[in-house]
Amino acid sequence: MERIPILRLGNHLLVSIQVDLHDRLALTLQDDLTSRLAENGARGVLLDISSLEIVDSFIGRMIGNIAAMARVLDAHTVVVGMRPAVAITLVELGISMQGVRTAIDVDDGMRLLEAETAAEAGNVERPPL
Amino acid sequence: MREVGDIVAVRQQTRQWAGEVGLSLVDQTKIVTAASELARNAVVYGGGGSVRLELLENGVRKGLRLVFADQGPGIPDVERALQDGFTTGGGLGLGLGGARRLVNEFAIDSEVGRGTTVTIARWS
Repeated sequence: MERIPILRLGNHLLVSIQVDLHDRLALTLQDDLTSRLAENGARGVLLDISSLEIVDSFIGRMIGNIAAMARVLDAHTVVVGMRPAVAITLVELGISMQGVRTAIDVDDGMRLLEAETAAEAGNVERPPL
Repeated sequence: MREVGDIVAVRQQTRQWAGEVGLSLVDQTKIVTAASELARNAVVYGGGGSVRLELLENGVRKGLRLVFADQGPGIPDVERALQDGFTTGGGLGLGLGGARRLVNEFAIDSEVGRGTTVTIARWS
């Protein structure tokens, strides 16, 4: 069965979608990522969509679901590489991507994830008021 | 179009034709996204259907028209189906109304028990 690879990078999972994302593949990715997050206890998910020529409402929902499930499993999600034409189309389509962090590329996205997990670690060590 | 896997083929064909017509990258992305939404509607709600692509010419302007037709259950209340957030299938409810916002021309003809035809066009 066709699958999108999920790579482990330190405390984070990296997913780079390099194929035309059909609906079943999107659902499989959603399930695979959730399982990997639960198994590995990863702190962040970096989702590279720079190869995607379109994001329709189905793929938009998948991205939102991934971010929501990651949040429940104590991980952050950053979506990187969205093409400008895709961003314009998404907004007109009516998808707000609320609660989904974005960055320009994988490099920036990784820095953002590191910063967020570091800030959270800091919060835990802070003494109670 | 018979199953959700066919949506990708509709997207690819639409992308190719939109490029040949000379639509800008943003306009190509818009009509391909609209085509993806309508193809999914035809498969998921219409039980499958067909799509016809037409090249348009009006003076120096060129365009692309897509006609999606299914013989599914039809839509009882088209106005309501066009509203954002309306869904009978557990989706986001942005497909039909969203597709309308992404194109220059949009027409829908639906009859309960007969099926639904949605026509969209995007001009250069």
